[in-house]
This record gives sequence, C-alpha cells and structure tokens, in this order.
Amino acid sequence: MLKRAARTAVTAAGLLLLWQAVVALSAAPPFILPPPLTVAVALVDNMALLSRHAVVTIAEILLGFFIGCALGLLSALTMLRFGAARRWLLPLLVASQALPVFAVAPLLMLWLGYGMASKVVMAVLIIYFPVTAAAYDGLRRTRAEWLDLAAVMGAGEMAALRRIRLPAALPSIASGVRIAAAVAPIGAVVGEWVGAGAGLGYLMLHAVGRMTVDLMFAALAVLAAFAVAFYFLVDALLRRALHWQADTVNPTKLAEEKPT
Amino acid sequence: MTPPPAPVPSPGVRLRGIGVRYGGGHVLASLNMDLPGGRWTCLLGASGSGKTTLVRRIAGLTGGAMLSGSVDAADNTALGGRIAYMAQSDLLLPWLSVADNVALGSRLRGEAVQGNRVDAILGGVGLAGEKNKLPRTLSGGMGQRVALARTLYENRALNLLDEPFSKLDAITRHRIQNLALQLLHGKTVLLVTHDPLEAIRLGHRLYVLAGRPARARELQLPGAPPRDLGDAGVAQLSQRLLEELAGEHRC
Repeated sequence: MLKRAARTAVTAAGLLLLWQAVVALSAAPPFILPPPLTVAVALVDNMALLSRHAVVTIAEILLGFFIGCALGLLSALTMLRFGAARRWLLPLLVASQALPVFAVAPLLMLWLGYGMASKVVMAVLIIYFPVTAAAYDGLRRTRAEWLDLAAVMGAGEMAALRRIRLPAALPSIASGVRIAAAVAPIGAVVGEWVGAGAGLGYLMLHAVGRMTVDLMFAALAVLAAFAVAFYFLVDALLRRALHWQADTVNPTKLAEEKPT
Repeated sequence: MTPPPAPVPSPGVRLRGIGVRYGGGHVLASLNMDLPGGRWTCLLGASGSGKTTLVRRIAGLTGGAMLSGSVDAADNTALGGRIAYMAQSDLLLPWLSVADNVALGSRLRGEAVQGNRVDAILGGVGLAGEKNKLPRTLSGGMGQRVALARTLYENRALNLLDEPFSKLDAITRHRIQNLALQLLHGKTVLLVTHDPLEAIRLGHRLYVLAGRPARARELQLPGAPPRDLGDAGVAQLSQRLLEELAGEHRC
C-alpha cells in the first residue's frame, strides 16, 4: 500500500517536472500554459470558488453513476428474465450507443434545463450501456452445471438467481461498474460545457473565456483528483467484494494454505 | 464424528421403458433398470453411450427433450425433491466457504442451515479444519470431498453420482471411493462410470450401457463391495468388460 502511494507520488512529481520543463523550454506565455506553481497559487486563492463548483460536479457524477449502474443492472435482469425484453431492448441499446451522446447534449439542455438534471442524465446515458452489456453478459454465462445442481436441490428461480447467477456474474458486473466510474465524469463535464450555471466544467469554460488559464488548470486539477480518487475507491470496493476470485496478475497471498 | 442419522428411507428405484429423444434421434429408448434400495448400482458405459443423459433423465434435468417411460421409487412416493447429485467436477461455488457450500441446498430452499450437521459431516470427510476456506485454496481431492459432504448433507433417498471420481489421480480416487462407500452406506446410489474396475469394485449391482439407442444389460457380480481388485475373478471380469466396451465404441 505504502509502495503504491510512493509510486503515485513519484509519477505525479515526474509529470509536474515535465510540465515545468515544457513551460521553461517553450517559453509559453502564462495565458497559454501557466507553470505548475501559478496553478497551485490559483488553486489556493480560489479554494472557495472551486469547492462550490466542485460540489455540483461531484453530485452530478455520483448521481449519474448510481442511477446509471442501477438502471443498467435492472435492464440486464429484465433481459435475462424476459425474452421479449431481450429482443426489444437489445437493438435499442446498441442504437443508443451508436448515437454519440455529445450530439444529444444540446437537446438534453433544451428539455431538462440548465440545472443538474441534464448533466445527471448525460452521465447516466454514458454509463448505462457498458453496465447493461457487462451485467447481461455475466448473468447469462452462469455455468450450466451450477444451475443443474441448484435445480436438483430444489431451488426456485429467484433463489437460483440470488444465490448463483448474481454472485457468479459479479466479476462481469464489476467490469461494467469500473468503466462507469471512469466515464461518469465525462458525462457530467460535457453536460456542463454545453450549458450550465455551475460546476467545474462551467468554471473551466468561463476561465478560458476570460483568459484566466491558471484557474482553468486549477479546476482541471480538482476534477482529475476527484475522478482518479473515485475510480480507485470503486475499484478497491469491488476488489474487496470479489476477494474469492483468483487474480493471476496480482495474486493474493493465501496465508492459510496448507500442502495437501 | 458421523452425523446423527436422520431417518431417510432409501427405497429401490425402478426405471421402465426410459426413452430420451432430442431433435436428432433417440439417445435412450425403452431402457429398463432396477436400483435396489440401500445399495450401490453401477452403470458402466463408454463416453457418448448415454450415461449422462440417463442421469439427467432421472434427475429431471432433460429440458427440451422428448421423454418416455417412468422413474418410480419402490415406496410409491414421487422422487422429485428426493435426489442428490454429485458430478465429475466438484461444482463448488467459489464465493462461498467450504461450510457454506456444504449447506448450499438449505440456502437455496430457504431453510435454516443445520450448522451442527455441517460440522459433523465435514469431520466425517476429514475436512473439519477447512470449513472457512474458499474453494480455490483446496486441492482437487479436497474439493471432491466437499462435494461428497454436500451430497451427504442433502440426505436424499436417491444419490446420483455422475463419474465423481474420474478427474482425480489414482491414489486420491481410491481414498475418496472408500470414503464415499463408507459414508453412503445403506443409501440408494447410482454410480455412473466409464471405468470397469471402479464399477466392479464399488457396485452391488452392475449394468453395462451399450448400443444406439442404448440399452442397459445387467452383469452378475460375485461377492459384495468393496471387492478386492487382486481377485482373479474380478480381474477377468474387468478384462472382459474393457474389451466389450472397446468393441462397442470404435473411435
């Protein structure tokens, strides 16, 4: 854990140095590429402003993430249970993905207004497909022999779903949820760019407009920090829930294992 | 350390005129067999002979097939819900501990888990110390012992064993065969296998499945299981069976 933190710190320091080097070598004016120190100062100076807008964006991301995941899982279960839903919903799903979400963003603003709702819906739209696809894929690939065993044991359909299908699909569902955690910020920020009264995306757009590029970088830093922290938190929680799964890349130590 | 023997009848089972037909054709047709109550019946057949289809027919897992014939218990009570099933792989759920896997049936049926019985049965198969382990930390032999424990926990009238020892190495196989024979003593068991030695060693009764569609032919076995494989009669019978199966199944 400590090693990982150290690695992250080294990576961050390296990137900051590179940034500083690019500024020094290219002699870019501060309104094009401000040096890291200027951005740090802007970050501290505008703390109140940044946190006010960050709260809005974070709320959008979290709401979008939870609603998107819940809807995705629900759709996957519906498709699993009802053949008709499968036949009707699947083409719709694919079509919804073929349409770039960015293209419908202005429409969402028009319909849902400049408030939080349109951004949450943007995030939901982006998340919905990967979660549904991953969950459905996991749910229908249950090992048939497990289901046979459950049937012989006298399990009802709900019991088999809850005790066997769902836990067996968890690794797949987790993949979908990880993607959701990674792309939810995109949905929220794109929504804010198209039209908003608050949020980090809104702040960034206005900072660029007013040539306060240091503030724009500060907002970007806040957004990046949250997005990365959110992803790692989700990933850690999923890993903990899936501790039973063998990981061939990072094998967990089986301390209690005895030779047989 | 053996579980308190709950009184579950071990009735004989009659198979009459069993036919299973999938789209293409009959896998089984008018097959007759008698599984004596409280005894081990072995069903021997080459791969592809219809053994697994027969097991699935008895277990009620033949969805999508045309069925004929009847499977009846000698006590005239329906067999549905009175069957335990043990397969070639241990089928342990990787997210459940050993103890939770043993008691899976209770959870699936929404019944209370009988913790004492789980402990007793795990002790019986020699895994008392492993109850909290996850399946991936177990060896193949241990996994199959847990599967045996799960079968015992179910405590059913009819136990279907579909090649449960075939994936194990020779030494482990021998050990687990003995364990199963001892712990499933007095229960009605149908053991399906492609290994003549296993069938001869463990069965009170022996059927050979051959032909297409497959028929079951009974073979007389001398003495009682477990038979000594060093015995001349046993060796001779096993040789004959092997030749017969090889002739039947040209590949």
